[in-house]
Parts: sequence; structure tokens; C-alpha cells
Amino acid sequence: MSDDSMSGELVHAGQPLLEVSGVSQGMFGTSGSGDTSGFGGLVTVIAVPAPSSRPFGSYFDVIADELSASLPDFGTTWDKAVEKVVVDQDELTIHIRPTEIVAFAKALRDEPGLRFELCLGVSGVHYPGHVGRELHAVYHFKSLTHNRRVRIEISVPDATPHIPSIMSIYPTNDWHERETYDFFGIIFDGHPHLTRILMPDDWQGHPQRKDYPLGGVPVEYKGATIPPPDTRRSYS
Amino acid sequence: MTDAYAPTYETTDGRVHTVMGQDWDSVLGAADGEHERVVINMGPQHPSTHGVLRLILELEGETVTEARCGIGYLHTGIEKNLEYRTWTQGVTFVTRMDYLSPFFNEAAYCLGVEKLLGITDQIPERAQIIRVMMMELNRVSSHLVALATGGMELGALTAMIFGFRERESVLDLFELVTGLRMNSAYIRPGGVAQDLPPGAEQQIRETIMALPRRMKDTADLLVDNSIWLARTSGIGKLDLAGCMALGITGPVLRATGLPEDLRKTAPYSGYENYEFDVKTQTSADAYGRFLIRLTEMGESLNIVEQCLDRLAPGPVMVEDKKIAWPAQLSIGSDGQGNSLDHIRHIMGESMEALIHHFKLVTEGFQVPAGQVYSAVESPRGELGVHIVSDGSTRPYRVHYRDPSFTNLQAVAAMCEGGQIADVIAAVASIDPVMGGVDR
Repeated sequence: MSDDSMSGELVHAGQPLLEVSGVSQGMFGTSGSGDTSGFGGLVTVIAVPAPSSRPFGSYFDVIADELSASLPDFGTTWDKAVEKVVVDQDELTIHIRPTEIVAFAKALRDEPGLRFELCLGVSGVHYPGHVGRELHAVYHFKSLTHNRRVRIEISVPDATPHIPSIMSIYPTNDWHERETYDFFGIIFDGHPHLTRILMPDDWQGHPQRKDYPLGGVPVEYKGATIPPPDTRRSYS
Repeated sequence: MTDAYAPTYETTDGRVHTVMGQDWDSVLGAADGEHERVVINMGPQHPSTHGVLRLILELEGETVTEARCGIGYLHTGIEKNLEYRTWTQGVTFVTRMDYLSPFFNEAAYCLGVEKLLGITDQIPERAQIIRVMMMELNRVSSHLVALATGGMELGALTAMIFGFRERESVLDLFELVTGLRMNSAYIRPGGVAQDLPPGAEQQIRETIMALPRRMKDTADLLVDNSIWLARTSGIGKLDLAGCMALGITGPVLRATGLPEDLRKTAPYSGYENYEFDVKTQTSADAYGRFLIRLTEMGESLNIVEQCLDRLAPGPVMVEDKKIAWPAQLSIGSDGQGNSLDHIRHIMGESMEALIHHFKLVTEGFQVPAGQVYSAVESPRGELGVHIVSDGSTRPYRVHYRDPSFTNLQAVAAMCEGGQIADVIAAVASIDPVMGGVDR
């Protein structure tokens, strides 16, 4: 999906700055089916919200300031840890390097100006087109003291999907990390018992990955055969 | 006593017994002297485990030394399925997650989709009020089940009969409004599927007038009941620090005295316009959680009444015809069917309307690329949805942070060191719904 010649920034009239995330082709999710509509040749650029720069607006600058000031106390720095910051839909997303998550989480929890007491778990997203950073882990944190939220996103390559576990800082992430391992194969180093949680122990593969088929059987209804959902014609 | 279907057999980890009831002495007798500990598998098919929860308990006598949960027996891959359906069809799937609070699943999902679409402030007032009303009625029905099954598990069968009886009257309202008692897929991106049918407001009003009196029966039965107090008071303790560390929200967190409620701290769907209290207790035990559920139901009925007072005629779907579901239903002789006016319009009057209908129903609408996290206060705590879109007509990734899933992690903290009988009370006080845990 990813095409270097297409990467860059787009500005649509009246729209926020966008970043090309990938390109999708065709319209019906099929090829060689004798589609004569012409829509099969459609090329759609996938544009995601671009990185933001200061000021971020809302309370997001306070979070960034507090983090910049306090991260050295926890063994890292803003420049070392943060890849980019995206502000979109009134939500703050900080993309950080996988190695820095433990220090980052400690700062989020312990720094009085941050006080993100509650971790709402981690979930995964699989982008097969992002070569070298296919697997994303997305953490949500909430501060009850300040009534703020922040999202931390980490991307790792499919070949070495390792992220340090933050279970020692947020014990609630025990099951969430197991779930993300179960469904995406992201390995959380330092988790005391990283086993499958929802799928059976001897299951093969990681079902939420995009290359993992949905499965299903064709269903016959009044003489017509309806194919399973993942092999039906689609519009995207 | 030997049982042909539940034999005793040897494994490398020791002897395995299948406990069939009233044979505890013989099992303990058999284990005596062999090993110091007994590992008990409670569930997944056990009436006290709220569905298919498997509890793995290590016992010394009747004291639980270690407690672990085995989950996943109800995993149906809903999140994966969503990626193969349009954004609107997604509602039909998410409503089946936590099957006791379907309207919360739908609302959290729709609020997220609407945020990505940028139409949050275009949702009509009437749709918002109906959403709040359905959610609060749902909170009542869900808490009633929590009290009913919790009571049943501790032997208070009358509480179960009363709880399900009252819940039935709320389910009747769901059936009246949405056509279905559960899994309604009623809240849709952009509004709600249908306006309230004629007479619904009157019937809702009658029901919420009758409910407090009937719920008082349950309260009278349990609140000062010495057996109930003995079984729940001081059981399943989890303090504020424990809740924060384990990510616990909802009644369990509010039983520690912290008035954390998303309806107050991050209002959605116009909750800032309603007057209600966040109920708290300070005992941090199963009894406190019971009292919170009991009193929250009163607050919910109060909100429903305010909803009814505020309801004014108007649309229940966004005006944007590129998003609003084109078809309308009407009640036919079989109870449901397509609106004849709409069929006449698209089949006989307007080719454009037919094309428009066909495009929206088969292809759906596109949602701008990006990600959002939207959260609602479900009966069990913070129900969060992380939605990622790549700009197409289908969700790229939807993840549910279900409060049951997270709250179940507290089982070890609540049960270890206690009696095995108290495990039942502690788990019941968490009120996990396995459909939400396993998704």
C-alpha cells in the first residue's frame, strides 16, 4: 500500500493538514472479475491527520510542557522519546519510541502536574502497508485529578514486535497486554505471563492482523449462494 | 460414591475429582494427606459465575490462597467482524458485546463515529434525549439483573424473582420502542433508527412511576437483612489505590467514595442538562456496591423522567442525507416492515432517491481517516471505544475497552485470603458480563 513517491503532505482547501498514509486501489475489493464499471481503476489516497506543532491548544500544551520538564527525572527526554505529536478531533496523540514507554508511563503516573492515575489499557492496530512499523500499540491514559486524557502510540516492525511491558507501573495492563499479544502478536517484554487470553492456548496466528482471514462458509438462501463476508464485493 | 460421568482419575499434577455437589467431604477426605493444597476449577459452566467465567481457585481448607480467572469462552470475534461491515452495520455487532447493556455499546460506538465524521453537534436534540432515556432505562435493567443474579448466587431467590420481574417491565419498553428486547441496534451513527412509537411516552411514564415502589420490595428484602449483610458486608474489599492500579471503574470504584462518573466529568449526549447525583459509598465492599446499584437506579429513573419532560417533536436523525439512513420502518401486520411511503417514493417517484437509497444501504458512507476514543459511563464503568478509520466505508479497527474485562482483574485482589463462599459474593459484586469480557 505504501508508496514513497506518494508520501508527503497534502493540504485540502479548508481542511486540516493531512499526511499520506497509503494508497488504495480499485473500488470493489476484487481484481480480474471482469469489472467493466471503470471504478476498478480508482486510486484513493489515504490521508491521515498530519503531525501538529506548538501550540497544540486546549490542555495539550500543559501536558507537553510537564512532560518535557519531568522526563529527564525518569531517565529520558522529550526529544529522545517523542517521534511526533498529532492533535486531531480534540484528542492528543503522542507517538513515542518503543524503548521509552516505561519511563514515559512512570512520568505520566507520578508527576504531580500530570497524574494520569488510570491507564485504560492498550490495543493494537495493524498497518501492513507501513513497512518497518506495521504493528501499532495504542495506550489511553486518563487523569482523574486534572480530568485530562492522552493517547500514546508506539509502532514496531512486524519482524521484531517488542515493546517493554508497563504492567509494573499500571497493573491493569496485565490483561490488556495479553489481549494485544493474543490478537496482534506484539510481545510485551517483562510481562510476567504473556499468554493468550481470549483465544485457546494452542491457537495459531494472531486473528486481528489484517492478513488473517475472517473465515466463514458460503450460505445458500433460496437457491442463491451468499459468500462469506470477507470474500464479498466491497466498496472501499 | 462413584459417578460414571465424573470419574476420579490421576494426572501428573495430582488426582482430579469432579465435584458434583454434596460430596465436598469425600473430596477433601480423598485429598487429605496427599497434598497440602486443592486446586478447584469453578466454571466455566457453573450457575454462580455469571455466564462462562472459569475461576481457578487454590484452597487450603475453605480459605482461598490464590484466585485466577480463565476467560475467552464467549469470544466471538466481534471486533474482527466489524472490519468487514459498513459503519452503520457495525452497530448490529457492537450491541451484542455486553448483552446486558446494549444501548451503551451502541452509544459509545456511535459517538465515536460521529466524532470522526465531525457531526457531533448536528445530532438532533430529540435523538440525544431518546439516547439518554434508553441508556438510563438500560442502566436500570442492567442493575436489576446484577441485583437479581447476585441475590440468587447468595441464596436470596426472592431477590432474583423480583429483579427479573422488574427488568421485564423495562424490556417491554425496549420492545415497544425498538422492536427488540435486546440487541436492538437502535442507536445509529447520526441519531436513532426510529422515532418513538405513538403511546410510548405514556407507557414509559407509567413504568417509571410503578418501578420505584416495586424496587422498594427488593430494597426492603435486602438492605437491612442480617443474612445479606453477613454475606456481603466487608466482603470483596478493594480500596481506591487498588482500583486505580487495576483500572477499576463504575460502582466498584464509587464504593470507595470517589464520585467518578463520566456523565459528570466528561458529559456526552447532553448529560450536562440533567440533574442527578453520583451515588457513592465508603465501605469499598460488596455491600457498598449493592447499595450503589440500588440507589443509582433511582437516579436513572429520575433522569428518564427529565427526558420525558424535555422531549419535543423533531427529527431523530441528522439532516445530512449522505449519512442519515434512508429507509424507514413501519409496523405492518407482522409487527415490522418497510414504510410503504418510502417504498412508493423510491420505486415510483424518484430515481435519484432509489440510487441514493441503494448507495447508502449497500456501500455506506465514508468516514474521514483518523482515530478517536469515545467513552460512556456504562452500568459497569468506563466503556471506551477506540475507533480507527482509513477513510473508507468500513471501520479499519474498533477496540472496546469493556469495563467488565478490566474489572474482572480484581478477582485475585478481592478473593485471596478469604473464604471460598465469599468468592461468589465478590465476583457478583463486580457484575462482570462475559459477553463484554470476551467480545
